[in-house]
Amino acid sequence: MQMRTVEISVGAFMLAGIFSLIVLAVKVSGFDVGAATNSYSIYTRFENIGGLAIRAKVSVAGVVVGKVAEIKLDQEDFTALVRIEMNASVDQLTSDTTAAILTEGLLGGKYIGLVLGADEELLEDGDEITDTQSALVLEELIGQFLLKAFDE
Amino acid sequence: MLRRLRQIGQASLVILATLGRAGVIWAQSLWTKPDLSNSAPLVIQQIYQIGVLSVVITVLSGFSIGAVLALQGYTQLVRYGSESALGLGVAMVLVMEIGPVVSALLFAGRAGSAMTAEIGLMKATEQLASMEMIGVDSLHRIVAPRLWAGFISMPILALMFSVVGIWGASLVGVDWLGVYEGAFWSVMQEGVDFNNHVLKGIVKTFVFGLVVTWIAVFEGYDTVPTSEGIASATTKTVVYSSVAILVLDFFLTLVMFGF
Repeated sequence: MQMRTVEISVGAFMLAGIFSLIVLAVKVSGFDVGAATNSYSIYTRFENIGGLAIRAKVSVAGVVVGKVAEIKLDQEDFTALVRIEMNASVDQLTSDTTAAILTEGLLGGKYIGLVLGADEELLEDGDEITDTQSALVLEELIGQFLLKAFDE
Repeated sequence: MLRRLRQIGQASLVILATLGRAGVIWAQSLWTKPDLSNSAPLVIQQIYQIGVLSVVITVLSGFSIGAVLALQGYTQLVRYGSESALGLGVAMVLVMEIGPVVSALLFAGRAGSAMTAEIGLMKATEQLASMEMIGVDSLHRIVAPRLWAGFISMPILALMFSVVGIWGASLVGVDWLGVYEGAFWSVMQEGVDFNNHVLKGIVKTFVFGLVVTWIAVFEGYDTVPTSEGIASATTKTVVYSSVAILVLDFFLTLVMFGF
């Protein structure tokens, strides 16, 4: 009887450990299983991505519809090539969609905002968004501002 | 001058010999083909002793530390208007550093000292010697189950610590101080990476569990079999394990998070 309670409490202890691991995985680190299978890729090209990072969110009208999957430097024209994994349920992006790198709040992270156009054609897996707007780099902005003030 | 040199030499020889004995005990108790039917009940008994009985103190400390982190973090972050990052800050700190380290320190104080005292008393009352007499290997019977139990229990305790701490932080931050709940969790989920942060924290806890139980078991096994000997062995367990945890934490962080 004594041994039985010990065994049961150890079992509960182990279970609590596994439960904690699951909580840490799902609730804390947002570990999503198998999301990659239900998505398609589109590419965008930016002159400057600022602080955009992999796993950053991609949104349309503020709703998250995908994430940044890969960032690399195109060695031919030295622009940043960003691969976006779009949720498969969002499949009505027009081919003249524009992409901009935006900032969440004052100190928040960078994300990509998509604005849809009016074209009849739709973006498909592997297509590229050509009309893009780079990240605002604060130093450049201040530099321009100073230059303008200096001219006046 | 020569005498000083000789003293230093002697002291380092003593340290070397102690390390050697610790290594031998560790190797001998684990270097055996696993005999599950015999050792499983012993390990379960030990997990109960050092794991289950440490749950209450671990959970209570985790909750208070999470709550305090939320309070302190909030007062600093609200100055920059970025209190939505509170969840991220608390979760990062708990999962990577405070969770493993503080729960290991508690583990050393709660379970390690008890282990040392128990084994030390077994030695002082010659229970270990009588076991040898009837042909039971005390290393396999007494030491090995405790090593395994510590190795298994420590990560579980640290995981519970982190989860309860984050829960405490959400109670204070979201329900009391009024941080927006959606931002609290979504910023956390975006910032905390399972492979990069959670798993590396878990690796730390395995190392701490191994080292703390090893020190505790060795100090008990190696104690001078008197009441004073047991007292100093118990003290040494807590002191050595605490220092080992903190020093190892530095080097593990250095290696795993790559600087």
